[in-house]
Amino acid sequence: MAAQIFSAIFVIIVGVGGCVAYFWGANKLVDLIFPSRGVAGAAAIDNLRRQGLVRPWLFVGPAMIILTIYLIYPVVETLRLSFLDRGGINFVGLANYEWAFGDREFRNSILNNIVWLAVVPAACTFLGLIIAVLTDKIWWGTVAKSLIFLPLAISFVGASVIWKFIYEYRGEGQTQIGLLNAIIQHFGGQPQVWISLPFWNNFFLMVILIWIQTGFAMVILSSALRGIPEETLEAAVIDGANPFQIFWKIMVPQIWGTIAVVWTTITILVLKVFDIVLTMTNGQWNSQVLANLMFDWMFRGGGDFGRGATIAIIIMIAVIPIMVWNIRQANKETGGH
Amino acid sequence: MAVATGNSFASRFGVHIAVLIFVAIWTIPTLGILVSSLRDKDQIIASGWWNSFSSSTQTEAGRLPAASMQVEKDGKFVLQGNIFGNSAVRNISAFGVKSAAPTQYPAGTSADLGDGVTLQLNADGSFIMQSPKAFEGDRGQRIYYASSAPPKFTTDNYKTVLFSEGIGRSFMNSLTVTIPATVIPILIAAFAAYALAWMRFPGRALLIAVIIGLLVVPLQMSLIPLLKLYNGVGAFFGMPSKTYLGIWLAHTGFGLPFAIYLLRSYIAGLPREIMESARIDGASDFEIFVKIVLPLSFPVLASFAIFQFLWVWNDLLVAMVFLGTEADQIVLTAKLNALLGSRGGDWEILTTSAFVTIIVPLIVFFSLQRYFVRGLLAGSVKGG
Repeated sequence: MAAQIFSAIFVIIVGVGGCVAYFWGANKLVDLIFPSRGVAGAAAIDNLRRQGLVRPWLFVGPAMIILTIYLIYPVVETLRLSFLDRGGINFVGLANYEWAFGDREFRNSILNNIVWLAVVPAACTFLGLIIAVLTDKIWWGTVAKSLIFLPLAISFVGASVIWKFIYEYRGEGQTQIGLLNAIIQHFGGQPQVWISLPFWNNFFLMVILIWIQTGFAMVILSSALRGIPEETLEAAVIDGANPFQIFWKIMVPQIWGTIAVVWTTITILVLKVFDIVLTMTNGQWNSQVLANLMFDWMFRGGGDFGRGATIAIIIMIAVIPIMVWNIRQANKETGGH
Repeated sequence: MAVATGNSFASRFGVHIAVLIFVAIWTIPTLGILVSSLRDKDQIIASGWWNSFSSSTQTEAGRLPAASMQVEKDGKFVLQGNIFGNSAVRNISAFGVKSAAPTQYPAGTSADLGDGVTLQLNADGSFIMQSPKAFEGDRGQRIYYASSAPPKFTTDNYKTVLFSEGIGRSFMNSLTVTIPATVIPILIAAFAAYALAWMRFPGRALLIAVIIGLLVVPLQMSLIPLLKLYNGVGAFFGMPSKTYLGIWLAHTGFGLPFAIYLLRSYIAGLPREIMESARIDGASDFEIFVKIVLPLSFPVLASFAIFQFLWVWNDLLVAMVFLGTEADQIVLTAKLNALLGSRGGDWEILTTSAFVTIIVPLIVFFSLQRYFVRGLLAGSVKGG
């Protein structure tokens, strides 16, 4: 273990030192090759121009290399692998895709993912908005927000343990140590094994993600609400609007853009959700989702890279519309700069 | 905003109640594992954690010693002892000899069982059973009793998980993964962000678009090719393919798009005049970056560092693919996941382990919340 700590410290020093050395050294090298000081006027200007051509690439170079290895190349490679067999050797055409759409577990995952996509972003945004509006009105709102925000720092695995404890089941009549079943038994209901109830168990898993992400939606929306011009609200009050009209007709339309951002961010997160399903059910009792199925096929029976890659591609296809929208938005914003 | 809605007392009161309910729902689950992790492990299964501050009462069944243990005293046959053995931790309030009436007699009283047989069970578990005739048979008298135990809190669970369940080691592994994976991307991203914000070069707009695109590419797209690549590289050099170096680089790669995006939008917003006056004074891009941009960007660098730290610490997927599952490499999240499988019903282990895994993020989060929120706002309001 001492060796491990030592090597971690060593890597930090080498990593940071290496970065500093690279940027400093490369910069010096450019100055040496194209000197701009101590040479005659025309040559200096020429060299400055050359420096200006080279230097940006020195700055973005390391980032580009890493991005290429870790993200760009894998995207292309995954697409290629999705047309190959399990070992990634023989071309099999669309066989993996045909398998996927014929596979019961895959179709179940698609269905579950659709339900997740329909419920989680909407619930987080809605709850986040309500909490943002309510906490803005009370003196202890900051504390309340901070507490609701807190689960965002908790890992999905940690949150799964927390909620598994809430869903814990003991036979009827026994002392329930899971909060949910204890409440239900207290009111005379029947305790249930929540995470194995087909179809409904999806919702018990979704609760975990909603619990984590509502804080995110709340913080972003709260800041957007603060940006609403006071005059529009005052005008509405003077015109006799009631609180609900003010909320739906004055506030919500003005923060529409932010709501869309929150919604899409959580949508992407939902598509990638893996840890919660793995730790709660591992896809049993019809609760499978694409990201967990993909992980499963990466290692199942020694790993089927073709099928795994195919499932990854299908997740990617769902992300592409959001990606395009994001790039367009960003282009609009940076267009002037 | 104060002018906006409902100023009546009732609606104000309603707002307080509503927020209180939300806060309760959002904090009680975490409180549950914190309280449980500090409880005695027998009490965790005997009563819900919300009852942990009151004595837990339960009704149990037991059997007195068999006839062979009897002694004859003053013409009576006597069976004597303590149903708890030597460790009297519970307090008996009542007892009985029929399952239909398990609490028929208050503790400390003498119960008449007929035929001159009496049984007395005291609060501390000691009992005395007397009979004018010798006891027979090789099975002792069945008894039932209601007992309660005072609330018992302990740090034993923490000792157990840290030192014998391997959580302590995993904690070190998590730190080993997280710190380099947080530090390394910062400088790389900062240089790229500066170039994308303030330097003019062909292809800049395209690069920015690519980075914004990569921001949302699911990690799942990278896993299989990188796994193959790592296996290939490992085999080529005759080294294991699952190494800390591998996961540091992987987290660096996966964190870079967000880092560059976040830093670029901040650095692009720095005042143009500062840059230009420095340039007029003859400073090169490198000098401007090191002497002006880096110090001014401290808040956003801190934001990114917190994000990356939380992200890497909480990550399960990357760790499961690129690190081994042996004690020397398994990180906290993966260890917790493994414990869920192997120690399924042992809530004292699970709640304590879970609390150990979430404590570091919670501390980071609470102490640096300002930077965290700033990063969130900068990272998502502007289109990402």
